[in-house]
Amino acid sequence: MSVDKDTVRRIAKLARLALEEERVEPMVQELNGILNWVEQLKEVNVDGVPPLTSVVEHGLKMRDDVVTDGNVADALMVNAPGGEDHFFVVPKMVE
Amino acid sequence: MSSNGSKYIQGSTGPWEIVIGLEVHAQILSNAKLFSGAATEFGAEPNSQVSFVDAAMPGMLPVINKKCVEQAVRTGLGLKAKINLFSVFDRKNYFYPDLPQGYQISQYKSPVVGEGEVLIDLPNGETARVGIERLHMEQDAGKSLHDQHPDHSYVDLNRSGVALMEIVSRPDMRSSEEAAAFLKKLRAIVRYLGTCDGNMDEGSMRADVNVSVRKPGAPLGTRCEIKNVNSVRFVGQAIEYEARRQVDILESGGTITQETRLFDSRAGETRSMRSKEEAHDYRYFPDPDLLPLVLEQAWVDNIAASLPELPDEKRARFIAMGLSAYDATVLVAEKESADYFEAMLAAGADAKASANWLNNEYFGRLNKAGLAISDGPVAAAANSAIVQMVSGGVISGKIAKDVLDIVWAEGSDPRTIVESRGLKQVTDTDAIETAVDAVIAANPDKVAAAQAKPQMVGWFVGQVMKSTGGKANPASVNAILKKRLGLPEEG
Amino acid sequence: MALPSNPTDFTLAEAREAVSSKKISSRELTGAFVKAVETARPLNAFVTETSDRALDMAVASDARIAKGDIRPLEGLPLAIKDLFCTKGVRTTAGSNILSNFVPPYESTVSQNLWDAGAVMLGKTNMDEFAMGSSNETSYFGPVTSPWRARASNAKMVPGGSSGGSAASVAANLCLAATGTDTGGSIRQPAAVSGTVGIKPTYGRCSRWGIVAFASSLDQAGPMTRTVRDAAILLKAMASVDPKDSTSVDMPVPDYEAGLEAGVKGLRIGIPKEYRVDGAPPEIDALWSQGAEWLKAQGAEVVEVSLPHTKYALPTYYIVAPAEASSNLARYDGVRYGHRAKNARDIIDLYEKSRGEGFGSEVKRRILIGTYVLSSGYYDAYYLRAQKLRTLIARDFTQAFQKCDVLLTPATPGPAFAIGEKTADPVSMYLNDVFTVTVNLAGLPGLAVPAGLTAGGLPLGLQLIGKAFDETTVLRVGRAVETAANFTAKPERWWRAA
Ligand SMILES: [Mg+2]
Ligand SMILES: [Zn+2]
Repeated sequence: MSVDKDTVRRIAKLARLALEEERVEPMVQELNGILNWVEQLKEVNVDGVPPLTSVVEHGLKMRDDVVTDGNVADALMVNAPGGEDHFFVVPKMVE
Repeated sequence: MSSNGSKYIQGSTGPWEIVIGLEVHAQILSNAKLFSGAATEFGAEPNSQVSFVDAAMPGMLPVINKKCVEQAVRTGLGLKAKINLFSVFDRKNYFYPDLPQGYQISQYKSPVVGEGEVLIDLPNGETARVGIERLHMEQDAGKSLHDQHPDHSYVDLNRSGVALMEIVSRPDMRSSEEAAAFLKKLRAIVRYLGTCDGNMDEGSMRADVNVSVRKPGAPLGTRCEIKNVNSVRFVGQAIEYEARRQVDILESGGTITQETRLFDSRAGETRSMRSKEEAHDYRYFPDPDLLPLVLEQAWVDNIAASLPELPDEKRARFIAMGLSAYDATVLVAEKESADYFEAMLAAGADAKASANWLNNEYFGRLNKAGLAISDGPVAAAANSAIVQMVSGGVISGKIAKDVLDIVWAEGSDPRTIVESRGLKQVTDTDAIETAVDAVIAANPDKVAAAQAKPQMVGWFVGQVMKSTGGKANPASVNAILKKRLGLPEEG
Repeated sequence: MALPSNPTDFTLAEAREAVSSKKISSRELTGAFVKAVETARPLNAFVTETSDRALDMAVASDARIAKGDIRPLEGLPLAIKDLFCTKGVRTTAGSNILSNFVPPYESTVSQNLWDAGAVMLGKTNMDEFAMGSSNETSYFGPVTSPWRARASNAKMVPGGSSGGSAASVAANLCLAATGTDTGGSIRQPAAVSGTVGIKPTYGRCSRWGIVAFASSLDQAGPMTRTVRDAAILLKAMASVDPKDSTSVDMPVPDYEAGLEAGVKGLRIGIPKEYRVDGAPPEIDALWSQGAEWLKAQGAEVVEVSLPHTKYALPTYYIVAPAEASSNLARYDGVRYGHRAKNARDIIDLYEKSRGEGFGSEVKRRILIGTYVLSSGYYDAYYLRAQKLRTLIARDFTQAFQKCDVLLTPATPGPAFAIGEKTADPVSMYLNDVFTVTVNLAGLPGLAVPAGLTAGGLPLGLQLIGKAFDETTVLRVGRAVETAANFTAKPERWWRAA
């Protein structure tokens, strides 16, 4: 499998990454270089092999239902590039 | 589900069947969020119930709230569903300002709850089964406010990370009434279970409604999904509108495009969500910050053992006590009314008499006053006392209504009211005879008429009751009158 | 113990002894390192220097020492990779998108260090979001290795992504440093910089407060000048953290205690698949030498097989970018970080902020990750890679039935010149060929300096252990260290600047 310019534009859109038009063709080359290289995984028969998503062998630890956090609105706003009255501010969205 | 002709909608080419499936998002009742220790209360100051985890600050990690898992399992058990001892949290990736992580943690391939069912009670007294496909846990998103500023939207993350159960039904419903009944029943079940407050006004429960139409017996049509409908009434309206819209399109030779639509409650119509110009590709994959959720059967069994009696079982028990199916259905529809009814029984009243009293008298008054049962001014013990006084012949049914009015207005004890105001029923035969004789003596013309036409005895009963201030025992009055007028005992 | 005359030449263990026995005050020791850091600015090893804070912390430590209240790392100056969130101190992850981010919280690992009495000298430079093997992808410019090839002035890379930490440790700008390792980012820079680095078992150090790259692979670990120092620092960094669901509930052993136990009777596995075509003969020679050293000390050397080794890197380059593409979605210019000016609408704000905020390697990996997870490609790439991961992990399980620890080269070669490999992403990725398997299997891996190339550049050996058996890994590492007796230090050429 390999990608073309349209695919790169579509993925960039999905990933919300602005990609200058002159970067599209080089990116096609770079991604195809990587994709061709990972293609070797197809040599391996993985029938019946379960996927490994975590190496940790225990199940999920659970915490108690206690309020231990929050009330940090000031701290949340310290790094906010647009913050007003404890709200995060973004350009107007239309539904 | 039985398909009955009256559910079809009529088009110019004949009848059409509506096929409906619901995805209900129900907020899990918990103190803290699904993956953080921030509070979940409704209506807090903007961004006050937000932890660094909820705001997706760099390096923050989710840790699951055990209570939320328990609540989801409890709900699954209440839906008679299969509990999956192994389930997985996935990331659903998309960008939106109220989704700080850029993904929602949800359960996609392996939900915690599998197939179950809900029995719905239809207006015609029938019961129908709606299949549950699955229930999974996920995070709620924050809220964007668009009307605070001409050029800006404001983002409040208080809801971000609140635990939701997404309950997905099978496309088993065939009318807006059935969909409404399903939603009501589901709400009743989660309220009985204490797993969701069911408060649709505050967004604790909202439904995505999938609607398609087809000719009876034809394969399933293309469906449209109406997102985030937030009241039972709107669900009904949205379905009616959407089904009609689809029938109109199909009958004029068009085709239905699968899409997401919004319900505009002011206009009463559904609209395409045009803003979603690109196809979604959520790139689900298992969340590597979380491990699979592995439950022990014993833990699930413990939850099962602690399950309260649910509406269907309660309804069956009430019917076994002698209630009509209708009365039982009405009483179990809200946990509060069933509890109230049972409190009356616990205080000594008869089941059937209590059910009649509530459904005929008390609930009507509450309705008129616009009060919820929990806000009503009359305690279950008081209504129980009134019903017991009627059954015991202490007061008449008519006086009972007056006593209820007094308790409603003044809040005093019904037995004291009856005692102090002399409302006790007169069962003393001498006193009733005296009153009967007085009425006969005063109306000789009516006596002749009554002897010719025995139904006229009712007029005499009324006069006697009037003269005794309603306190005479109507049965005694009737018997004595018949004797005095020379009418047969029965008839 | 005979201490070096210059306090910046102390090992962590020596400094611990000197400070707690009041041979030197923390203030004096810290002052020397603050000066060394300033002098070494040409290396570009630090993104942020926290000299004032360091001196304050040192003074506080001296006060505790005066009262006899001495914690395990009391008054010892360390450098922190700029991937660990430090409360009130800018944390950039080497990226423009976080170039002004000041966390209002402290990572669990760094908090553990401060709780143990350590002193923070500053935040070290790194590849952007830890994506790189040469420290050339940093928004703050590349780090220059203190090492130079013999008779050359060419600027060499320190390895990556923990290149600033490796350079700082190698150049004696700190007693030790923290690193993180997703595919080799501790061990690879340690090896090419002549220092020691251990990536502990996944779940041993908390990931809470560390800017995430690939969550199922990321682990923090120490970077030091000696194996003993690594044992000391790992003990302080590791903990069981209720804030990290993948933190494992196992007590942290005293790694230092068993360090000198020797290797007699231990079985050392030599995985035959690590002998790769085209690797410099020096690598093979060093590897054989390592086996000989251990054999000479009483270990038994056995050949083992890890048949899926060649698939580890391509597997990694699907799994890691996939997780990264999702982990980096939160950098959207809304709540913190770089926000583009004059965005037309919200989508434009996202695209421009991320387009301006991320460098090209990060973009490349986000795009690859997005692609392999996208509809129609998930099974072919991501799911297949996860299955390969199972096979790779099984290889290790089987190998460890025959041996106690594995010995491998740490890198396929020595450090290279800055700019030498930047043109071809895949050739750059190959630097992690010996380290990445360990991350996929979640095992502990240690890089120990073992020799110099003919050109005078350091090379390391790697020891791989069973899960949570850092004790044995460190003990064998100590044996290699003793035998190798690696005493070379880079010339301090940067002081002339
Ligand atoms: Mg849904
Ligand atoms: Zn949902």
